[in-house]
Formats: sequence, C-alpha cells, structure tokens
Amino acid sequence: MASLIGSYSLSFGLLFSFFIIFFSIKNLKNSENLDKKIISFSFLQFFIVVISFLGLIVSFITSDFTNETVFNHSHTTKPLFYKISGTWGNHEGSLLLWLLVLTLFVLIFLLKSREQPKKYRIFTLLFQQIIIIGFFVFLIKTSSPFNFIFPAPKEGLGLNPILQDPALAIHPPILYLGYVGSSIIFSSALAAMVTTYVSKEWAKHIKQWVLISWIFLTLGILLGSIWAYYELGWGGFWFWDPVENVSLMPWFALTTLLHCIIVLEKKGILASWAMILSIATFALSMSGTFLVRSGILNSVHTFANDPERGLFILIFLFLLIFLSIFIFFFFHSNKEKIEINFSWLSKETSILVNNWFMMYFLSVVLIGTIYPIFLEVLTSNKISVGPPFYNKLMLPFLIPFLFAMAIGPRLKWIKSDIQDKLYMFILLIVSFLISALIIKEFDVSFLINTILVSSAFFLFFVTLRDFFIKKFKNLSQNIAHFGFSLLILSILLNNFFSTEVITNLKIGETFKSEKFSINFVNVDQENGKNFKSIVGKFNVQHPDGSIDVLNPELRIYNQPNIVTSEADIKTNFFTDKFITMNYVQNQEYFNIRYQVKPLMIWIWISVIILSFAGLLSILKKRYEI
Amino acid sequence: MRLLQIFLIIIFIFNLNLLKANEIQTENKIAKNLRCLICQGQSVYDSDSEFALSLKLVISNKIDEGMTEEQIYDFLKSKYGEWILYDPVLSRNTYFLWLLPILIFFAGGVIIVRKFYIKKQS
Amino acid sequence: MRFKIIPIIITLVFFTIFTIFFKGLKNSNIYTPNIDLEKKIPSLVFKSFDTDVEIISENIFNKNKFYLMNIWASWCIPCREEHEFLMKLKASGKIDLIGFNYKDNNDNAKKFIDELGNPYDKIFTDRDGTSSINWGAYGVPESFLIYKNKIIKRYIGPINSKNLTEIENIIK
Repeated sequence: MASLIGSYSLSFGLLFSFFIIFFSIKNLKNSENLDKKIISFSFLQFFIVVISFLGLIVSFITSDFTNETVFNHSHTTKPLFYKISGTWGNHEGSLLLWLLVLTLFVLIFLLKSREQPKKYRIFTLLFQQIIIIGFFVFLIKTSSPFNFIFPAPKEGLGLNPILQDPALAIHPPILYLGYVGSSIIFSSALAAMVTTYVSKEWAKHIKQWVLISWIFLTLGILLGSIWAYYELGWGGFWFWDPVENVSLMPWFALTTLLHCIIVLEKKGILASWAMILSIATFALSMSGTFLVRSGILNSVHTFANDPERGLFILIFLFLLIFLSIFIFFFFHSNKEKIEINFSWLSKETSILVNNWFMMYFLSVVLIGTIYPIFLEVLTSNKISVGPPFYNKLMLPFLIPFLFAMAIGPRLKWIKSDIQDKLYMFILLIVSFLISALIIKEFDVSFLINTILVSSAFFLFFVTLRDFFIKKFKNLSQNIAHFGFSLLILSILLNNFFSTEVITNLKIGETFKSEKFSINFVNVDQENGKNFKSIVGKFNVQHPDGSIDVLNPELRIYNQPNIVTSEADIKTNFFTDKFITMNYVQNQEYFNIRYQVKPLMIWIWISVIILSFAGLLSILKKRYEI
Repeated sequence: MRLLQIFLIIIFIFNLNLLKANEIQTENKIAKNLRCLICQGQSVYDSDSEFALSLKLVISNKIDEGMTEEQIYDFLKSKYGEWILYDPVLSRNTYFLWLLPILIFFAGGVIIVRKFYIKKQS
Repeated sequence: MRFKIIPIIITLVFFTIFTIFFKGLKNSNIYTPNIDLEKKIPSLVFKSFDTDVEIISENIFNKNKFYLMNIWASWCIPCREEHEFLMKLKASGKIDLIGFNYKDNNDNAKKFIDELGNPYDKIFTDRDGTSSINWGAYGVPESFLIYKNKIIKRYIGPINSKNLTEIENIIK
C-alpha cells in the first residue's frame, strides 16, 4: 500500500515540473514580480516527493516484500534503525533521496533569494527543473524503487552487513546535501550568465550556497572515512579508491570556488573562472554518480550496477555539460576589463596560487581515477592506479601549498608586504627544528618528510599565533587554515609512526615484540539480533606495564550469510589501538592484525574544525580570506 | 623562492628512490603496492583473502631468496599482468598518466602569469 | 576567429570523453588475466599428496597427451559443483587429470574424494598456496589445459558443461 502511494506520487511529482516550467516561462514575460504560483508548485512538488520517500520508508519498516527494493535490501530480523537507513542504502532509494534534496533545495533557493532579480531567479529555477526532470525520468525509467513482485516472497535478501552501521546510515544523506547544493550553484551560474547577472552581488549571494555545499560535502567525506576506518578492518581511512576519489574531486572544485568567489565579490574579477568552477563542481558530482553507479570502475564500495543506468546518467551528464558550454560561450560576455592593478605580493596572488594548486590536485585525482578507463578503451591494456601514484604526485606540491596557506591570508589586497618577517622566520626555524627532532627520534630519516612536516608545523604555528594577534578578524578563515594544518600534521605523523603487526595466534598464545605483547585469552559466543558473533579477548601489554583489553569480533550475519570482522579500537588523544581478528581457512589459529595508530582522533577533529569554520562564516554572513 | 621550490621538488623525487627499510617493512611495502585479484579494489596487504595471504608468503619467501623489490614486481607482473601493480611504471602506456598532471600544473602557472602579471599593450 | 575555435575544441574534447566512457561501459570491470595466451608451464617442484615425493612440474606433463591441471580444495563450494564435470571428463579417457589440492588438510581432502569420486590420475598438494601463485593461478577452482608442457587454455572458476564440451572438442 505504502509502495503504491509512493509510486503514484513519484509519477505525479514529475507532472509538477511541467507546471512549474509552464508558469515560469509565462512569468518571465509578464509581470514584474515572481508569480506566487511557482513557489506554491515547488512546495507541492517537494511535498509529493516527501510522500513518495515516506512511502518507501514505510515499506521498509513494515518489510513489505511485494516491493522489489525492499525484498533486495531488507530482512525482517534487521533492527528497525537499519530498516530505515536501508531505504537509502541502495541504488534506487538513494536516488529518491537525491531527488528529495533537489526539490527541497530549489524551494529553499526560491524562498531565500527574494532580493535577487526576478529573471535570474526564474532561470535558476528552470535549469534546476531540467536537473529535477532528469532525475525523475532516471528514477521512473531505469531504477524505480517501487517495482512490484508477485507472489510476495516470505523473506527479504537482507542488507549487506558492512552497511549496517550508524556512520553509514547518515553518510549518504549528508554527502547528497553537498552534491545537490552544488547543483544549485550550477543552475544559478547558468542563470547568471543568461541574464548577465554575473557580478559582485551574485557572488555575495551564491557564496552562502557554496559554503553550505562545502560543509556538507566535507562532513559527508569525513563520515565515509570514519566508517571505512573502523568497519573495513584494515585500519586505513583513505584508500584512494575510485569511489572515494569521486567525492574528493567536487570537494577540490568547491574549495577552489570558495576562494575564487571572494575575489569576484570584492574585486569584480575572475568572473569567467568562477563560472567554470561552478559548472565543474556539479559536473564532477554528476560524473562521480556516473562512475560509481555504472560499474565502469572497480571499487571496494559495491553498488548494484547496471550499464543501462550508466548510459542514462552519462547521456544526461553530457547534455548538461554541452548546455553549459553553449551558454558559457554564447551568453557569457566577458565584459570585465581586467585592470591588473595588483602586484606579485598581494591577496589576489595568494588566492590565485590557491586556485592553481587546487586545480593541480584535482587534475591528479581526476586523471588517476579515469586514466585506466581511457587506457583500456584505447589500447585494451589494464592497469591499476593506487596510493603510490597519488602520494608521489601530491606530497611534493603540498609543501609550497602549505607555505602559501600560511602567508596568503596575511597579505592585503592589491599590494602588500610580508609583515613581521622576523617572527615568521623564527616560526619557520622552530617548525623545522621540531620536525627534525620528531623525524630523527623515530628514525624515519627522510629529508623530504622533515620539510613536509615542517611546512605543516609552520602553518600550524602561524595560524595559532594569529588567533591571539588578530582576535576575531577573519576568524573563520584562520580556523579553517588551522584545521587544515592540523589535518595534514595528523595524517603525516600518523603515517610515519603507525606500527602494525600481522600474526597468527591460537587461543592462549602470546605474541611478543619489543614494544608490546599480545595475549589471546579466549573467545566467547554472543548473539545479536540478526547475527551471531565470536568475540575474542586480547590482553595487550605495553612496556610500562599497562594492559589494554581488546575485544574484536567476528560476526556471522544470518541474511545475507556473510561473515564480517569488527575491529575493536581503544581511542585516546594520542593514539588509537586497533585490533581485528580473522578466521583462516582450515586452521585452528586466527589471523590477528594489531595496529598502533598515533593521532588518529585528530584527523577527525581537524576535519570537524574545518567544517565548523565553514559554519561560522555562514553565521557571520560574511567571510574574508 | 621559485628556484627553491624546484630545488625541493628535485630533492624530493631523489629521496623517493632512496628508501631504505628492513625486511618486514619491505614486505609490507610490496604488499601494499599490490592489488588483490580476488577482492579487487583492496591491496594485497589489506586483504585477508586466501590469495592475498599466500601472496604475502610468496613475497617473504622471495625476499629471503634475495630478490629485490623490483624483481618481485617484475615476477608478479609476468604472472598476473600489469594490473596487479598499484604503482604503474612509467612506460608508453602511462606517459600521459604521470606527465599530464605536471603539464597541467605548468600550463596553469603560465596562464596565470600571462593573464595577470604581464602588462598587455593596447 | 579565436572566439569560435575555442568552443569547438572544447566541445570536441568533451565529445571524445563521452565516446570513451560510452565504450568503457561495455567493458567488464572485473579484471581477469589474459587467459588465451599460450604459455610454457612454469618449472616448479610439486609435492605428492599422500607420499612425500617431490616432482618437477615438467616431468608431470611431459607425455604426448592432454592434461588438465585442476586446482581444488575440500572447503571450496564451487569445487563441488564442477566435480561431476571432471568425473565425466575422466570417463572419456582421453586426458590425464592432475589434481592440485589447495590449502587443504589431507583428511578433509580424502573425505571429499571418497564422497564425490576421484577423477584425478595424480594429486599434488599446495599447503600454503605459494606454488599456485608461482604457477600464476589465483584461487580455487581453476583449471589449466596443458599439452606438451604448454598451457593452451585456462579456466578461472568452476568448469561448467560449456567448458566441458570445449575441452572435449580440443582433445578429440
């Protein structure tokens, strides 16, 4: 029943798009003000998609297996929370969520843009409606969440256990808020070009949307990363897997836009560049969807894939791209007479440097991700591009980037000078000494590491000092850069000083190394709602005599019948102790993986600081660099 | 400043080839640079599949036999194809992969400088 | 002029990207090593299943006939499915089947053979899976059709009735 309502309201929702388009075009010619009907219809469309989405949620809660999506992804014994989160834990449901957010955002846009010109608002709505129609058709044609099965199966196939997790329950919605936010930026950029509204005012207005998308995208990536860390059981948090890369690419583009839009707002230059970035951000979000859903790439994060769906998104994506190219070249008149009135050392330069490096990082990730596809199509050779590629190409460039991040915000517009050089120089020396000390002590004697760490420390100290000197001026910017320095520092130090042991242990055995000993005490059996688990008890003794008790788990889920390995992690402010155990075919022993990972929690904290900085600038209604 | 940057980059790239580590580290490093054929998308190091466990053993045996890292990569490449390596070697197939980003970087630099810093006549 | 050339170039670039993605959609995203390549068998020491005799691989496949080397394990479920086809192949009598017992223990392997029948002329073992890696295999089940010390065909995954007919046609 709920499915039926959902299904009808979905088709009905598409109808509203045509109403909206009809009234918008009419409104474009006629009156001075935005027709109230348009807002009402947008609201109704949103409302109806909500009903459709609720219909799917109810089907999941009541385990209505006449619905194919529910049958494929749910099971009666699944806990209620995961029944609900299962709604968007699959291809069809997640697309419905996309659509929901799309209609919500366009409504918010209409309500929040009252001070903007009418024509610009209507065109944004029209472009947004093109995207919405695309998603409606995609859902209804190729991935309807409401397919009917008869006769109804007694039991569903269940949700992949690694997706039954709190972080992953909220990860997709947050990430989609970021992606869909970028669609507003896209439509609004196109509309601004068509109505020749690309201006300081536009920049000021769209900045809020850039920030919102950026915050959600950042948090979404963070959640995915945290999930990968504790759920996949390898102790890593970023694998340079294609699916991770496709979320990182729009992030790079958005971060670039975030900086570039300020120049547009303050100085009225870089308009074309801001347009390109706005288009690129959304195009990258969409190609991410394409790369993940079509199954063209090979990844750890599985999605049910289907070439027909891939084809649809591909065509849709390129239609949007060609539309943007057309609009960019035929409507966007680059009237700005570039008055080059800024010198080498100025805020403008520092933002250009940011854009330059960001684009480079983006191109590394983009090329690394799609190169194998190109090579295979053109030469049928298959290669893999993995972490070493990204590290080699990105790490060296991070050094000047970090220095620029420290110095840039201290520069003034147009012409500037580096202030208190002496202090900066002292901080540089201090950073270098500290880094050298850290690196040397642990005997990872690479010059490059010292320089890399010292550049991160330099940024860290400079931003830290600015908290005291500048007080509340540019606070959000300073917090963001501080957070970034903390992020890079924690990642680097975590990378250098992680220790890991992989060994086979029988119950009762002890593994000894000079740093710790691991005693496998016993195993216990426990029962969860939809799984049985084997819980291992391990005593890890450290040289100072302290003992950590760690309890990794092996879970045997009933439906689908999958064994997962649950890590046990002891977290404190300095290190994470991470242990997993795995069953080994035909042996009495278990495969034990024990890792000590310093500063793990600071990686998460620093990303939260970054997003907090974004939030702060929204609240302050103005931000500066 | 610019010269210094270039200098640093060169030193860095040099450094990459001078990595020294003990045997277990080498073993882990090799395993991390290999892609598992069973659970495609994971490295051999991360994977707990039977294939990956055996491959880790093979790596440590080969190290004991005195093979270098490069020789082990070549050996596995001959058995399983280039796909197994996460770190694609610079070859005819991968010139673009390695050089295009660098090219983009320099092109970006040139565009910025020409557009904003070199005063145009007219 | 400049104004018109740039949009055309950009459009063309994106069109190329589109075409490549479009073609890429048709390729499988799961990697399998090139399986149709004729290759000399690697030289390895094989350990016999019940005795401790060790034989070099070239001395196993040296007769002027076809061999099917089949990697299997008692714990591997698809191996059970393919077993009836191996039995059929053996019954045809034109080929020697060499079993390669992968990461198994002898008792379980014997039970498996007793239960489902023994299609193998000889069985060798690979306790830790390293020989299979040296052979270039990647898991169970996997089969290699060998003639005169050369691998002429490779089957990754369980042998099915289609593969069976194909093998029967080759060895005729």
